Amino acid sequence: MSTSHETPPVKLDARVTLPRSGFVAAILTVLIASAAVFAAQQGLSSYVVTLLALLFINAALAVSLTLTNGLTGLFSLGHPAFMTVGAYVAAILTFPVTRKGTMLPGLPEWLAATQLSILPALLIAGAAGGLLALFVGWAVLRLKGHYLAVATLGLIIVVQGLANNWDGITRGGAGLSGLPRLVDVWWAFGFLVLVVAFTWRLKFSSLGRSMMAVRENELAAQCSGINPARLKILAFVIGAVLAAVGGALLAHLVSVITPKTYSVLLAFNLVVMVVIGGSGSIFGALLAAAAITILSEALRPVEESVGLYGLSQVIVAVCLIIVLRLRPSGLFGSGEPGLVRRLYSGRRDA
Amino acid sequence: MSQYFFQQLINGFSLGSLYALVAIGFSMIYGIVRLINFAHGDVVMIGAFSTLALVTAGVPWPIILVFVLAVGAVAGMSIEMVVFRSIRGASQVTGFIATLAVSITIQNSALMLLSGQPRNFLFPAFMRQRVGVGGVNASLTDIAIIVLTLILIGGLFLIVYRTRLGTAMRATAENLTAARLMGVAVNRTVLAAFAIGSALAAVAGFFWGGKFGQIDPLLGFVPGLKAFVACVIGGVGSIGGAMMGGYILGLAEVLFVGLLPQEYSGYRDTFVFLLLIVILLVRPSGLFVRQVEERA
Repeated sequence: MSTSHETPPVKLDARVTLPRSGFVAAILTVLIASAAVFAAQQGLSSYVVTLLALLFINAALAVSLTLTNGLTGLFSLGHPAFMTVGAYVAAILTFPVTRKGTMLPGLPEWLAATQLSILPALLIAGAAGGLLALFVGWAVLRLKGHYLAVATLGLIIVVQGLANNWDGITRGGAGLSGLPRLVDVWWAFGFLVLVVAFTWRLKFSSLGRSMMAVRENELAAQCSGINPARLKILAFVIGAVLAAVGGALLAHLVSVITPKTYSVLLAFNLVVMVVIGGSGSIFGALLAAAAITILSEALRPVEESVGLYGLSQVIVAVCLIIVLRLRPSGLFGSGEPGLVRRLYSGRRDA
Repeated sequence: MSQYFFQQLINGFSLGSLYALVAIGFSMIYGIVRLINFAHGDVVMIGAFSTLALVTAGVPWPIILVFVLAVGAVAGMSIEMVVFRSIRGASQVTGFIATLAVSITIQNSALMLLSGQPRNFLFPAFMRQRVGVGGVNASLTDIAIIVLTLILIGGLFLIVYRTRLGTAMRATAENLTAARLMGVAVNRTVLAAFAIGSALAAVAGFFWGGKFGQIDPLLGFVPGLKAFVACVIGGVGSIGGAMMGGYILGLAEVLFVGLLPQEYSGYRDTFVFLLLIVILLVRPSGLFVRQVEERA
C-alpha cells in the first residue's frame, strides 16, 4: 500500500473525479432497478408485485434502523411504535370524508372534513413520528443497552394500548380497514431509494463518523468535541421519521391498519435484519431484509400445508443464533463490502 | 369504600406475588451473567402448560407443584447451557438479541405444538371459594398465591444468605473472575442460579391459569416485560429489590384499574410502561439501590 506522501499528483486528480463516478454508478443502478421493477410490474402477477413492494419497504425500514441501531449504537426496538403512529396519522388524513363521520366519531370537526392525498399525508405522518421520537428520546435516550431496548419495547405496548382503546379516533381493536390503496410498488421503490441514498450520504459524512464515534466510545467521542446526547436524539428522530413514513406506506399498500399490525415480532425481525447484515452496514441490511422477507414468504405455503404456523419465525430465530455464534458482528460488520464501497463512493478508505 | 379498597389490596398483592416470582429470577440471572434473559417470561408459559398437562392426567396438586418447580429448573438450565454459556463474554447487545431469539423460538415452537387457541384452566372448586375475613372476602386462590410466594421467597433468602451455594452465587454476581480465582465452580453456580430463578417463574405459571382462567402459548411475553419493569423499580440485580418491585407494580396496577373509572381499565399496560419510563428518569438505578457513578 502506498502512503499519502508518495502519492503522485495524478492520484489526487482521481480523488476529485471519482466521487462523481460513484454518483453515476448510483444513478445507473437506480435506472436498471427501475427497469426491473417495470418489467416485474408488466410480467408478473399482482400478488408478486405486492410482495416486491413489501420487500422494498421492509428493506427501507431495516436500513433506517441501521442508522439508529447500527451507526449510533442505540439499541432501539421502537420501530413498530413509530410505524403505528405514522400509519394511523396518514390513514386518518387520507380516509374519505364521507365515511369518516360514521366510522370515527371522535375526530375533531376540522379533521373530519379534511381528506389529503398520499404525499402530504406521508409527510405529516413522518413529522408525527419524529415529534413522538423527540419527546420519548429526550426521556429514554440517557438509558443504555438493554434498558433502552426494554423502554422502547414498552413504547410499542403504550402505542398499541392507545390505538386499542382510543375508539373515537382509531376505531379500537378493529382498526381502520378499507383504506384507499394509494401506494403501489413505485412508491415503495422510491422510498427505498431515498432512504438508502440518504443513509449512505449520512454514513460517509462527518455527522455519520461522529455517530460511529459515539457508538464506539461515548466518553472518547465527547472528549473530541462531539455532543453525544444531541447526536443520539438526532439519529433516533431520523430513524423514527423514516419508520413512520414506512408504516404509513405499508398501511396504504395493504389498505388496513390495526393496533396489532406492527408488533414486537416485527421489531425483532427488523433487528435481526440489521444484526445479520452487520450493524452499520447498509448493504448488509438490504441483503438481509431481502433474504428474510423472501424466506418467510416462501415458507408460508409450507406452514399452511403442514399446519405448523410459526415455523418461519423459528427458522429466522435459529438462523440468527447461528450467525451470532459464527460471526458475532454480522455478515459485513460495520462496513460495506469492498466492491460496493468502491463502486458507489469512489473511495478506498470509506 | 374502605372494604372495596381492601379487596383491591388483596388482589394487588396476589398479582404482585406473581410479578415478584418472575422478577426475582430475572434479577438473579441478571445479577450473575449481566444479561437480560428475555426467555424468562416463556418459562412462565412452560410452567402453566405443564400444570395443565398434569392436571389433565389427574396428578394430585402437591405433586404437581413439585413437578412444576422441576420443569422450570430444567428449562432454565437448558436455556443457560444451550445459549447463555456460548455467548458469555460477548457484547451486551449480542446477548440481548440472542435471548430474544430464544424467546421467539420457544413461543413459536409452542404455537406449533399447542396451537394458538387459548385453553381454559381452572383450579378445583374449593380453591375458588371465597373466604371472608372481617367483611373483606378473598378467593382461596389469591390467598394461596400470597402465602406460597412468601414461603418460596423465604426459602430463596435462606439459600442465598445461609448456604455455601448462596455465598458462591453472591460472589459470582459480585465479580465472576475473582470468584473463579477463589475456587468457586462458576459454571455450576451460574447453572444453579438459572435453575432456581426459572423454577420460581414456573411456579408463577402454575398459578397463572388459576388466577386468570385461560392460558395460551404467548402468555409469557407480557409478564416477562413486567418483571423487567419490577426489577427496574427495585434496582436490577437485587433480589430484595425485585421482590419489592413486583409487589409495588402489582399493587399500582390493580389500584390503577380499581380506583379509576371503568373506561380507563384498557390503559393498564400503557400505565405500567409509562411508570417504567418515569422511574427510569427519576431514579435510573432503582428505588432501593444506591446510585453508582459510571466510570469509563
